[in-house]
Amino acid sequence: MIQAFDFQAQALVLRAERQRLIASNIANADTPGYQARDMDFAKALREATGAMPIAGAMATTAVGHMAPTSGARDQAELLYASHSQDSVDRNTVDLERERHSAADNAVKYEATLRFINSSVRNMLDAMKSPNQG
Amino acid sequence: MSMLQIFDVSGSAASAQSQRLNTVASNLANADTVAGPDGSAYKARQVVFQTTLMGEVGAAGVRVSNVVEDNTPGRRVHDPKHPGADAQGYVTYSNVNPIEEMVNMISASRSYQNNIEVMNTAKSLLLKTLQMGQ
Repeated sequence: MIQAFDFQAQALVLRAERQRLIASNIANADTPGYQARDMDFAKALREATGAMPIAGAMATTAVGHMAPTSGARDQAELLYASHSQDSVDRNTVDLERERHSAADNAVKYEATLRFINSSVRNMLDAMKSPNQG
Repeated sequence: MSMLQIFDVSGSAASAQSQRLNTVASNLANADTVAGPDGSAYKARQVVFQTTLMGEVGAAGVRVSNVVEDNTPGRRVHDPKHPGADAQGYVTYSNVNPIEEMVNMISASRSYQNNIEVMNTAKSLLLKTLQMGQ
């Protein structure tokens, strides 16, 4: 149960990170030369929860080597969103896609919050004594 | 806390867009300005946006890096009776193109609205995060 809790916490941190990226893209929709950024959420979450080795991390081949700690990194690997239309000022923000991503990410952030809330409620229920109703 | 930086990012973009709207307003206000005695009329102004980092790589805000003047020659109309006419009887008006300015205005106000919407979403998500575990 605690593990599920931890997983949701990592997901929440990454969702917040992605929301910030989308906000930056929308903010720079009119900036000449700006390249839209995005992250591979599934890959970042696998790296954060330790299900997949972090890209670029060193392997531990001897006893004394320290393993890299897993967890949502402050800076997930940022990718450049591929642009659908060329523009004269080299700006690659696709406003329709960004708005769609923002709405999608906000709903999933809220879903993650609800999962966390229900885990908390379950834990509190489990802690209650049977006499307390 | 990455969510809180959204307000910095979108806030900087909203203020940059409002500065753009401001230049559009002054351009439109001066659309019919004629040249003074020195012969130079009002020149249309445009803002130049630039990405500025808000602390980290993932948080890219916007700032107005420069305000440039349009140097194309102004409209010249032959009107010898006009008090602003020169020796040949021509009046030089400002080089503002009202149609371009209207398009610019619509674009700026749409971008402004987009940023406000992003901030509203971030606000409601943060308020729900504050109630976590209740």
